[in-house]
Amino acid sequence: MLWKVLLLLGLSSAWAQKLCSPGASDGYKVRLSINSALGDQAYVWNENEMFLFRATLAFAMRTYSDGQEYDVANVVVCDETPRVSFWFVVTSPLDASLLVDKRRVEEAVRKSRSRINSAFLLTDDTLEFIGIPPTLEAPVAPDTPPWLIAFGVVMGGVGAGIVVLLVSSVVQKIRKKRDGEEETGGKTENEAASDAIYNMSFSDDEPVTQM
Amino acid sequence: MRLVFPNPRLEDRIPSHEDLELMEKVETGDRLKWGSKTQYLLTCVGFCVGLGNVWRFPYLCQSHGGGAFMIPFIILLVFEGVPLLYLEFAIGQRLRSGSVGVWSSIHPYMTGVGIASMTVSFFVGMYYNTILAWVMWYFLNSFQSPLPWSQCPLNDNLTDLVSECKRSSPVDYFWYRETLNTSTSIEESGGLQWWMVLCLAAAWSVLYLCCIRGIETTGKVVYITSTLPYVVLTIFLIRGLTLKGSVEGIKFLFTPDLNELLNPSTWLDAGAQVFYSFSLGVGGLISFSSYNPVHNNCEQDAIIIAIINGFTSIFAATVIYTIIGFRATKQFDDCLNENILMLLNAFDLVEGTVTEINYDEMLQNLNSTISGSEVIQGLDLSTCNLRTFLSDGVEGTGLAFIVFTEAITKMPISPLWSVLFFVMLFCLGLSTMFGAIEGVVVAIQDFKIFPTWPKEVISGIVCLSSFLIALIFSLGSGNYWLALFDSYAGSIPLLIIAFCEMVGVAYVYGIERFNKDIEFMIGHKPNIFWQAMWRVISPLIVLVIFLIYFVNEVSSTLTYITWNPSSENFPVLEILPYPNWVYIIILLLAGLPSLAIPGFALYKVLQKCCCKKTIKKLELNTVSANVNMYDTK
Repeated sequence: MLWKVLLLLGLSSAWAQKLCSPGASDGYKVRLSINSALGDQAYVWNENEMFLFRATLAFAMRTYSDGQEYDVANVVVCDETPRVSFWFVVTSPLDASLLVDKRRVEEAVRKSRSRINSAFLLTDDTLEFIGIPPTLEAPVAPDTPPWLIAFGVVMGGVGAGIVVLLVSSVVQKIRKKRDGEEETGGKTENEAASDAIYNMSFSDDEPVTQM
Repeated sequence: MRLVFPNPRLEDRIPSHEDLELMEKVETGDRLKWGSKTQYLLTCVGFCVGLGNVWRFPYLCQSHGGGAFMIPFIILLVFEGVPLLYLEFAIGQRLRSGSVGVWSSIHPYMTGVGIASMTVSFFVGMYYNTILAWVMWYFLNSFQSPLPWSQCPLNDNLTDLVSECKRSSPVDYFWYRETLNTSTSIEESGGLQWWMVLCLAAAWSVLYLCCIRGIETTGKVVYITSTLPYVVLTIFLIRGLTLKGSVEGIKFLFTPDLNELLNPSTWLDAGAQVFYSFSLGVGGLISFSSYNPVHNNCEQDAIIIAIINGFTSIFAATVIYTIIGFRATKQFDDCLNENILMLLNAFDLVEGTVTEINYDEMLQNLNSTISGSEVIQGLDLSTCNLRTFLSDGVEGTGLAFIVFTEAITKMPISPLWSVLFFVMLFCLGLSTMFGAIEGVVVAIQDFKIFPTWPKEVISGIVCLSSFLIALIFSLGSGNYWLALFDSYAGSIPLLIIAFCEMVGVAYVYGIERFNKDIEFMIGHKPNIFWQAMWRVISPLIVLVIFLIYFVNEVSSTLTYITWNPSSENFPVLEILPYPNWVYIIILLLAGLPSLAIPGFALYKVLQKCCCKKTIKKLELNTVSANVNMYDTK
């Protein structure tokens, strides 16, 4: 009896291995770059980590696929290399000889990519599913572009400055006219001033030289 | 040497030494005065030190033999730059007038030189302030993290990055597409880009605010605009030296290659750089100097300004190249790591077998087997050469808006460095603009076109009209127009003006009289060095540069570089020849100011021949007025 059970187990695992092969039509290649991602804090890739991978993938299939109860045994892995890369296929929980369609696997992986990444402390670049491009994050577009706000601030300040300076020169001109009228003779407009810059805010009578 | 052009009635047109003493003592001062010597020096330093020190000199230095470039630069600084500077300072201080007033006093036929200066000031001011508008745009966009030029935007259906950005780089895309929205050639105008119009308005408004009352207002602003660049450069130097690869950059910059000294274009570029770096011939320096007290030591000022300008160029070059060294090293590391990853993936090797250190020998090992070399050929590994990355075309707007911005995105706390960098560029450019505006506004006042209008209004009109004409630079093809103006509006006319200035002072005004004036002003005659420079050597150098430049331009078909996403070699910039109608514009830009000099002389000759009576009347007028000296009409 025992040898029959063993035979069945051996056959099923051999059968499973046949399903998974490099370049399988319903399989995907996975590549991890743990050292470049984590540097000194890199963990060693071993059987336990592989178990976690298979469990995570089973979780992804459970949650985002047809809702069937996928198990760790349904995720078959083969062709492991020291690079840390391998191929995997997913078998149906109902029939171990049937492979789950490629697109369903892809959909599940896509939707749970961030969960898978964080399980291994990796990112889209360092945990690659060859053939499944990562979905790009939609950019956060603020309502008003930040540069317009900065522009408003700058123009506001500059505009206020111009208005202040113009008003102060007009005020000085009025003051000077008043003083000029009080003086007798008013011979300020002589030839000597004709070549000077006609800067009304800067004249002979101005007591406060605005320098 | 008694070679002097006959110049009767010169004394009637200029204030005599006694008049000057009188003007000194009687503190009435119809003319503006500097608040303090510091304001004057800072304004001159700000005018001379500009964007060219930061983005032209480092490139010239690196491409003409590094440390060896210092030799022609310093030689030409001494023989060309300082004498011209001293001349402009002295003549302005002596004749107490802006550019137009000075030249019309020296001889009425030479008024054209002043007009040419004013025209060049106007054209140069227009396009220079557009560069400041671009700087303003980048500055305004620096207040966000991550910086907008650090990543490519997504396309419309969010499936991939925008193709134009993917094929070039995020910084290129942000510059050519999101800032300029550049068209593919100068013929396609592309319409006004509203964000550019806003930035242009902002730049001109800031300039108007600072120049509203002439040196009264600019004299205060220069305390910030002339000193802030040095502070920022120092901060960048310290930050840069702590980055990896910065020393590589400095070594690359200063490694001398003495063979470059035999190359005539090295000397030509050095001469041109010295000349344009001092903003000579634009009229601003004469004007600034005319507000000085009569006995101000202009010789000392000229030497100080020249030294500061030279030092700033070298300092800025060092800072720029620490950052460029950092960027090049980063690019090299990225390139190498990409190759390493490709090798690891292709051969399924354990991570860490191929590193930066053993890359070459591992590559050889893998290449040694037949199957291995086949695989490697299929991989298409890129060659990573640090020198290529270091000599990446890094001058002009490309340096500031593409290379440097990219380097900033790789530094931690990027928005801070971006804000600092663009504030520095803005200050450098703004202080140069002060001189340009001064050159135009004072010329208008000297011509008495609007005699009763206050300075605020004239400055306003100048700024507004420049802004309206400069809207051409906010078109889709604006970048190409700006390159056109940059190459032709400022280059040839300035050389001609400088040559005429030196000849005018040495031979029309009279070098003997000039020497006596300087002795009156600063107490001693200029020594034999200055005599030799003013009379012979400096004009000769300027003439040689002009001739070589002119012949070069005339003999070659003029081309320009364009950004064309549909061209074959994209992202390499496409070189196109100018269409025919652009040649007319080039002739106008370069010819109008240059021809103003002989043109106005001719006009004066005709006027003299036809209207002899009116001149006699004016002579009576000039005798009666004591300070009125500019009635040359």
